[in-house]
Amino acid sequence: MKQLLLANEAVARGLYEAGVKVVSSYPGTPSTEITEAASKYNEIYTEWAPNEKVALEVAASSAIAGARSFCAMKHVGLNVAADPLFTMSYIGVNAGFVIAVADDPGMHSSQNEQDSRYYAQAAKIMMLEPSDSQEAKDFTKKAFDLSERFDTPVLIRLSTRVSHSQSLTSLEERAEIPLKDYVKNPQKNVMMPAMARIKHEVVEERVLKQKEFAYESDLNQICIKDPKIGFISSGIAFQYALEAMPNASYLKLGIVYPISEDLLKKFASSVEKVYVVEELEPVIETVCKACGIHVTGKEILPITNEYSVELIRNRIFGEKTFNYMDGYDMSLVPKRPPVMCPGCPHRGLFHALKKLKLTITGDIGCYTLAALEPLTAMDTSICMGSGISSLHGFNKARGDEYMKKCVGVIGDSTFIHSGITGLIDIVYNKGVGTVIVLDNSITGMTGHQNNPLNGLDISGNPAKQIDLVLLAKSIGIERVRIVDPFDIDDTVRVVKEEINMMEPSLIIAKRPCALLKTVKYKGLVAVDREKCTKCRACMGIGCPAISFKDNQIEIDASLCNGCGLCVNVCRFGALKKKEE
Amino acid sequence: MVKSIVIAGVGGQGTLLASRVIGEAATSKGFDVKVSEVHGMAQRGGSVITYVRYGEKVISPIIPLGEADVLIAFEQLEALRWANYLKKGGLLISNTQKIDPMPVITSRMKYPDDIINVLSERIENCFFIDALEIAKKSGSAKTVNSVLIGRMARDSEIDKETWLHSLSKTAPAKFIDINIKAFEEGYNYGI
Ligand SMILES: Cc1ncc(C[n+]2csc(CCOP(=O)(O)OP(=O)(O)O)c2C)c(N)n1
Repeated sequence: MKQLLLANEAVARGLYEAGVKVVSSYPGTPSTEITEAASKYNEIYTEWAPNEKVALEVAASSAIAGARSFCAMKHVGLNVAADPLFTMSYIGVNAGFVIAVADDPGMHSSQNEQDSRYYAQAAKIMMLEPSDSQEAKDFTKKAFDLSERFDTPVLIRLSTRVSHSQSLTSLEERAEIPLKDYVKNPQKNVMMPAMARIKHEVVEERVLKQKEFAYESDLNQICIKDPKIGFISSGIAFQYALEAMPNASYLKLGIVYPISEDLLKKFASSVEKVYVVEELEPVIETVCKACGIHVTGKEILPITNEYSVELIRNRIFGEKTFNYMDGYDMSLVPKRPPVMCPGCPHRGLFHALKKLKLTITGDIGCYTLAALEPLTAMDTSICMGSGISSLHGFNKARGDEYMKKCVGVIGDSTFIHSGITGLIDIVYNKGVGTVIVLDNSITGMTGHQNNPLNGLDISGNPAKQIDLVLLAKSIGIERVRIVDPFDIDDTVRVVKEEINMMEPSLIIAKRPCALLKTVKYKGLVAVDREKCTKCRACMGIGCPAISFKDNQIEIDASLCNGCGLCVNVCRFGALKKKEE
Repeated sequence: MVKSIVIAGVGGQGTLLASRVIGEAATSKGFDVKVSEVHGMAQRGGSVITYVRYGEKVISPIIPLGEADVLIAFEQLEALRWANYLKKGGLLISNTQKIDPMPVITSRMKYPDDIINVLSERIENCFFIDALEIAKKSGSAKTVNSVLIGRMARDSEIDKETWLHSLSKTAPAKFIDINIKAFEEGYNYGI
């Protein structure tokens, strides 16, 4: 029976069918649905870990302990998990261990466009790349076999367009795989210099064996059609290239690391002209060129952004696409950037911070949208956790007095992910900054995952809830305050007090995400035309429900969720809740 | 033959449900199907586009520019923004609803006021419908997607029974009835 599945759901199905027992992940678009789907299978133990490094270590060690195990993350998550990744390459596995990493060409939901294939190369870990949901499932199952056969973790590379596309997938039964014996073996499982020197030799031999395997394996496919033109590709780029050049010969790589040079040569010798079509970095192209194969790739195809069928047609054949809008000035069409939702608790906090004209070191989450108009209330955002450590950097660069004009902000999930260490740095190294945790009781940006601060586990069952106040006190922060970000006056007052204190301080801005089912605001907001002075202060909070049309303030009833923040912002009492 | 449908709207308007209903209907008819969705950042009120393709064999899940048979737009500005996906002779079905994007709310840009004219002048085959009004009358503003699917279904090669079945399977259990009502309104609109 075939089902329409997202490739992410198909990976989860592959885990189920491969007899996987343990999954530990941290959410990140576009990888999140793999672990969410896996959590629906009772046979698989699934958890959200605090971050990717923990997740990878948990899953890796379950594999050492004898259970087939898995973890998933987005591309930048692998930066966080890189430390255990490199050494797990030396240790290898016992039962199979597979890591899915989802790249984001085009940066639909990411802060950079890094290419995970470089991690496979650098850590010398085999990497498979599926191009649709059926392959996502099949490759996942194969990956466990290969992991056990070559005694190595195996990476699966996904990308946004594969992960978030549904295609037909056939389902099979689960194989019940018994736990493998765990036998104490420090030569293999304790990496110290003496053991690692031996293991590094093993890893190098393993790569050579895997190249021989790659030459034979049906994970890589050669199809000779037109001998004049051929392309080498993998993943979603393969689908684009195939649609753009249906008659061309092709080499489709399912194993993107290691690449068999002999296979490349075999293909190149049977076609006249070879194009390498790969999104992001010239990884395959570089291998081709290093072994003397003449190919065309990044000379005509870009390193940046995602590819498309029309891009390939245009760059290779010079074809132009039909466009009804030719001649229309598209610069007249306003962009529609994402915005904080109506009722978002973050809006209140940033409105308050903007009033204080502070330098705000920021972080990643829904609240990063505060950097955009009209709030424009964020100065920096690097990666998860940086909201706090950046504040400390500003402190040490510009001195303690500057901290009277500065705060660091971070979301609840992000705080647990990698904010705690930054906070310890401030305390330990005599920083004086004020950190604000935006506690909306959920991991919002990635689509509502529970986390250790909201007291629920991945399945929504009760879990121990971390007490932020106690945590802060225990690491040496004497000043901890709690505010409601919708109480703007109080928030302004508390922030003012804390930034002037000249000691480390933590403010918890607590109000749940407006999209949570438990949040129900009553009534909608209406404008009292008599009282409205058209000062447009309410527009400064950037609520998509409020606009200025035909010379008056309008509230779009289909968007307003009745949170009432704008009522607090209006100094003339012109905005009122009207009960329904 | 591959049929390519682009669905464009504003994050939160229910474009995802629309693409899933079409995907479900095509699957049940035995077609090869690919549906490409948007998750993450763009869903936060941004401009969102999803793709559905079905036929004997579908290769890319993403529809090339200038090759869509149908563009379903949930909002006027989004119809204008994504009209470049339509192939020559393709069908545009657009909701007449307007949602101001932030550059308009902040008065930095103007919402183009002649969108329906601009599109009607260029696209032979276009159709505008006040789906929000119809949705509200059907019981909930959230059924805009069913109204638009209904209008699209009328011109498709898949039969009405299949559409209704797929809609019932995909819509949240509590709201099946009002979604079916909205679908019927869209299907019968103007006839
Ligand atoms: C290393 C890394 N892992 C995952 C992500 C994806 N991601 C972006 S923000 C975020 C968490 C957001 O949750 P929270 O901090 O609670 O803020 P909210 O979105 O709820 O405001 C995640 C998981 C990332 N950008 N980097």
